[in-house]
Amino acid sequence: MEHIPILRMGEFLLITVQVDMHDRLALQLQDDLTEQIVRHGSRGVLIDISALEVVDSFIGRMLGNIASMSRVLDAQTVVVGMRPAVAITLVELGMSLPGIRTALTVERGMEILRDDVARARQEIEVEVAEESADGSSQV
Amino acid sequence: MSTSRIPEILRQHENTLLDDWTREQKQLTDTSNRLSDAELRAQSRRFLQLVQEAATRGNAVDIDGDAYKEVRKFLEEVSASRAALGFSPSETATFVFSFKQPLFAQIRASIPKAEEQVDEIWSATLLLDKLGLFTTEMYQKSREAVILRQQEEMLELSTPVVKLWEGVLALPIIGTLDSSRTQTIMESLLEKIVETGSELAIIDITGVPTVDTLTAQHLLKTVTAARLMGAECIISGIRPQIAQTIVHLGVELGDIITKANLADAFRVAMQRSGHVVVRKAVITAKA
Repeated sequence: MEHIPILRMGEFLLITVQVDMHDRLALQLQDDLTEQIVRHGSRGVLIDISALEVVDSFIGRMLGNIASMSRVLDAQTVVVGMRPAVAITLVELGMSLPGIRTALTVERGMEILRDDVARARQEIEVEVAEESADGSSQV
Repeated sequence: MSTSRIPEILRQHENTLLDDWTREQKQLTDTSNRLSDAELRAQSRRFLQLVQEAATRGNAVDIDGDAYKEVRKFLEEVSASRAALGFSPSETATFVFSFKQPLFAQIRASIPKAEEQVDEIWSATLLLDKLGLFTTEMYQKSREAVILRQQEEMLELSTPVVKLWEGVLALPIIGTLDSSRTQTIMESLLEKIVETGSELAIIDITGVPTVDTLTAQHLLKTVTAARLMGAECIISGIRPQIAQTIVHLGVELGDIITKANLADAFRVAMQRSGHVVVRKAVITAKA
C-alpha cells in the first residue's frame, strides 16, 4: 500500500503531495496524519499541493476534513501552492474551503504557522501572568 | 443536362461576354474608387474561365460538386476582398448576378430554337442564382470572422493585470463582466499571482457600468479562487449606485475588503505589507 510521506519538522508536520491523489490514498493520508499529530503533539500541518494538477470534489472535501480534524487535535493547517486551475475547479465545484488557511509558497506557509503558534503561546503566557497576579493580590 | 450548350457558348463568345459583363457591372455599381477597371476585368475573366471549366467537366447546375471547387474558392476570395474593401452584400452579389444579362443575350443569339433557348436560360439562371447566393454567404462569413477576431482582441485587451508594488497586484476591470470574460480575467489574475508571488490583489471595478447578481457572483468566485491559492483580494472602485445595488440585490460579500477607490485600497495594501508612506519634510526657503 503506497503512502504519502509525512515529514516532521520540529512541532510541525510537512506533507508534499507529489502523486495524483486518488481516493484511497487520501483516506490513508487522513489516518496517517491524525496518528502522527497525536504521536508527536504537533502544532501545525503544512500541506503542499503545488504538484497536484487534478482535483475533484472528494479531494476538496478531504482537504477540508483534514483541516477540521487537525483543529480538533489542536493543530493549524495551511494549504500551500494551489495551482490556478485547481483553485478555479474548486470554486466552480462550489467548494470555497472556508476553514482552511492558504499561502502561496511553503516559506509563507511556515511563517503563518510559526506566527500562529507564537501568538497562541503569548496568549497563554498572558493568561498565566494575569492569573498569578490575581493570586498574589489575593494573598 | 448533358446536352447543355452553356460551356460551349462561354468558350466561343468569351471576349464578347467579358466586354458586355464588365460594362454591365460598371453601370450597376460604382466601383471606380475601390476597384480599378483592370482588376475588375481580370476578376471577371478568371470567373468566366473557371465557370466554363467547371461546366464542361461536371453537372452544370450542381455547384456543391467537385467540379465547382475552384469556382467556390475563387468566389470566396472575391467576397472576402470585397468585404474588406467596404462593398455592401448586394454590391458583392451583383458581381455574379450582373452576368445574367450578357449570358442570356448570348444564349438567345446562339440558339434559335425557342424550346432549347428556354431550357438553357433556365439552367443558366439556376447556376448564376446559386453562385450569387454562395457569394453572399461567403461575404457574411468573412464579416463574421472579422467580428469574432475583434471580440477576441477586445477580450485580450481588457484584462491587464498590473503590478503596483512588491507583492501587490491590481486588476482594473473595464466593461461588463460576463461569464467568458470573468473566466479570462480570473485565469490571468491567478496566473499572475503565481508568477509574481503576490499576496494581495486589488480588483478595481470603477469601469464596470452595472453590477447585477451574476457579476457579483463572478467577482466572488475570483476572490475565492485567489484566497484558495493564498492571496487576498480587495475590491475597490465601488460607486455609490453600485453600493446601493449590491445591498438591494442582497449580495453577501462576506469578509472581502471593499474600498471606495483604488487609493484607499492601495493604502490598505501598504499597511498589510508593513510599508509606511511618509511625506518628506518640504524644505522651504527659510533664510
